[in-house]
Amino acid sequence: MTPLLEARAVTLAGRLRPTDLDLGAGQLVALIGPNGGGKTSLLRALADVERTTGEVRIGGELFGDAGPARRPYLATFLPASRDVVWPIAARDVIALGLPKPNPGRVNELIDLLELEPFAGRTVDRLSTGERARVLLARALAPRPKLLLLDEPLSNLDPYWVLRLLEVFRDVVSTSSSALVALHDIDRVGAFDRSLLVAGGAIQADLPPDDMLRSDALADAFGIVRSEGGWSLRPRADLQSSQ
Amino acid sequence: MTRWLLAAAVVIVALAHLLIPWAPLVELRRASPDTAWLLLSQIRLPRTLLALGYGAVLGTVGAALQALFANPLASPDITGSSSGAALGAVFASYWLGLTGPLALAAAGATGALLALVVVVALAGRRSDSNVLLLAGVAVALAGGAATSLLLALAPSPFAFYDSFEWLMGSFIDRSLPQAALALIPALVCCLLLMSRGRALDLLALGEDVAASVGYRPQRLALQVIILSSIPVGACVSVCGAIGFVGLLAPYAARRMTRGHPGRALLPAALVGSILLLLADIAVRLGPPGRTIPVGVLTTVVGAPLFIWIVVTMRRRVTA
Repeated sequence: MTPLLEARAVTLAGRLRPTDLDLGAGQLVALIGPNGGGKTSLLRALADVERTTGEVRIGGELFGDAGPARRPYLATFLPASRDVVWPIAARDVIALGLPKPNPGRVNELIDLLELEPFAGRTVDRLSTGERARVLLARALAPRPKLLLLDEPLSNLDPYWVLRLLEVFRDVVSTSSSALVALHDIDRVGAFDRSLLVAGGAIQADLPPDDMLRSDALADAFGIVRSEGGWSLRPRADLQSSQ
Repeated sequence: MTRWLLAAAVVIVALAHLLIPWAPLVELRRASPDTAWLLLSQIRLPRTLLALGYGAVLGTVGAALQALFANPLASPDITGSSSGAALGAVFASYWLGLTGPLALAAAGATGALLALVVVVALAGRRSDSNVLLLAGVAVALAGGAATSLLLALAPSPFAFYDSFEWLMGSFIDRSLPQAALALIPALVCCLLLMSRGRALDLLALGEDVAASVGYRPQRLALQVIILSSIPVGACVSVCGAIGFVGLLAPYAARRMTRGHPGRALLPAALVGSILLLLADIAVRLGPPGRTIPVGVLTTVVGAPLFIWIVVTMRRRVTA
């Protein structure tokens, strides 16, 4: 069976070294790594936000060759920035994610992400957390095969962090998968697979439990697993690794 | 629905523009029906078409520039493209001695394009309001000063005098071929701009989202800038610069499209036509024997509205 995502030699000059990545259907994949390590660059390259060398196939289709009417069904990208310049109603922002009007689908998402109380309000009048959910709904709207989400859990209430992890699990099905950049490494336990990106390359590709215990993670972040949490790596240790 | 109402309003206002003032038409018709027909078709019709078309250009281009720059204050006048177009047309007319309307329109379009390119180079494509406004004001002032200088030093000693009525924005005494030469390319460009509506709507979610959907922001920006410069240049070369319509029409139009900037292009065109036709009717009802250039009127009425938009914007930002 061909994988859902096949990326070959995807590269962004100076930020992402030539990277290969295969993702199977039904996989919920966490993307972790230190600031500036290349998480966002990898997502941007896969989402064709920036032209890259190499190629990205989703469900066998070359993503870069697909047009605006087709792409939302292949993959959608949620940037970390939650700015919307124009005062557009939350409901309309979700509808912008659909290549063809589908009010039923918009209502489904409003229910799924509990947006009803402010669905008619313009996005500039929402809190950051509320706006984050509206923008996520936009990305989910066309039911893409691949979700590319940059930090969808940051700045959310604990309820919404847990609830969105549940939503991601429900959305990822036999025909789709999600690649989710995370800041909080303790959340990787909810994922099937985790990728550690640092220095512009994928340094480790492991099941979450193994990832948390790995040397690669400790090297990348400069922290070690300790009793009931994380602690800074001893300084001598840090220097010796450099 | 609103769209049809607007379109109907455009037709009514255009007819009113064509027929007001009514008395001279009736009198002439009694004396000589042929002359009345000539007055209507050769003098009034070009004026109506120009007001209609120029208003639509200002609305469409204003809406497109606002969507592109993600800024409700962008417009042909504030980005300096109107001044650039005037400079280009003046240079071509008084210094190169060009008289063909097509050559003047091309010179106007080149000037508008250069002004926009300079503003984008100074401010960046999606800069915050202040930087864009400052860059636009700087380019508009520089363009205005350069235009005055070219006029003052022009070989023709009457350059200042006879450019007054042209550059201040006026539709009086333009011929039908002149109107057609400006309006046909303008119409084509405006339709092409409207075809980018969906892309401009998605730009509201940020350039990254638009790019991932398959609209290349850089290419889109280039298209919008070129497609905006041509109609502005062509219209300015015939009628001079007209302020504020390109700023206010999109603002009103977005209220009809629930805030969507791309979808607002067509309604903005219709609102722009209505505003400019009304302004030109008002000018004709002014004191007899005196002509107020229509551009002066739009600025006098538009400036307070502009201030009002700035104040409400400030409130939203601080709220």
